Amino acid sequence: MPVGSRGRANAILLVAGIVLAPVKPTPPAGRAAPDFSRTDLERREIRLEAYRGKVVLLNFWATWCEPCIAEVPRFAEWQRKYAGRLQIVGVSMDDEAAPVRTAYRRYGLNYPVVMGDEKLAELYGGVLGLPMTFLIDGNGRIRFEHEGAIDLAVIEREIRELLPRS
Amino acid sequence: MRGTTALTMTGLLALLCLLPGDAHGQQAAAPPDDSIPSAQLLQPEDLVPLLGRSGGEKPLVLQVGPHVFYAEAHVSGSEYIGAGKEESGLQALRDRVKSLPHDRFIVLYCGCCPWKKCPNVRPAYRQLASLGFSRVKVLYIADNFGKDWVTKGYPVEKGR
Repeated sequence: MPVGSRGRANAILLVAGIVLAPVKPTPPAGRAAPDFSRTDLERREIRLEAYRGKVVLLNFWATWCEPCIAEVPRFAEWQRKYAGRLQIVGVSMDDEAAPVRTAYRRYGLNYPVVMGDEKLAELYGGVLGLPMTFLIDGNGRIRFEHEGAIDLAVIEREIRELLPRS
Repeated sequence: MRGTTALTMTGLLALLCLLPGDAHGQQAAAPPDDSIPSAQLLQPEDLVPLLGRSGGEKPLVLQVGPHVFYAEAHVSGSEYIGAGKEESGLQALRDRVKSLPHDRFIVLYCGCCPWKKCPNVRPAYRQLASLGFSRVKVLYIADNFGKDWVTKGYPVEKGR
């Protein structure tokens, strides 16, 4: 869903759809993605700003979250498919790293996963439901965000929309 | 005039679509196949007045989900216990209630996931039921704690 366009835009579009011709919504520029720095499961220093120029899919997830587990293999696939232009970053909201390391190996994750906490969650407006995914463009602006399980074809379409032309 | 009426009706329709489900008089119903009896479920809007009671018995509210989520936001006055899906969480629950009378009013909640997917509340409920606690309710959180409690403006606290 385009950032900032939730309920009000739906109402506007509903009215527009009945009274006027249908209008294709244009995603707003979006707010700047808050920068953060964490050490990932492989003990590498991860800094969000270092991925400027690439599209970043920032995914808050947890090993106990069924819909999250259903998504992560696709994210690994996209990391391969769009290598060099897309960077997936996982933020685990598990309380302990051990089950995350197990899941990391089990699902063949090929992108950095850091451990989250309430501070990082609050930077992104509060994460009290999973999965939560933010799509950040090459200029570091959040362009789409999704809470809960959604059709991954929608997210992939949004990624392709944001990817720099090759 | 007729055009104005049509536009007004359209606007009203749009506004109705924006209202939350409970504003239509709908109640979030628990799934019928759930392992927690529906009589033991407590809707969020029904817990709120119990928290602010000046007289009478206040429930003991226990969070049996992820600690990270509790630290971010939890029901005011609730206590963190531990994830109900883990033996360590169930042990912490047993320890917390061991000195309590079995008719103590207890409310369990998690809200990590949509109701049907929550791995924590059912084991925690079964644990208290097996210990003989007779007045245990489980907070029915349809989607997640953020959507069904925090964004509705119900009382929250932060911190571990």
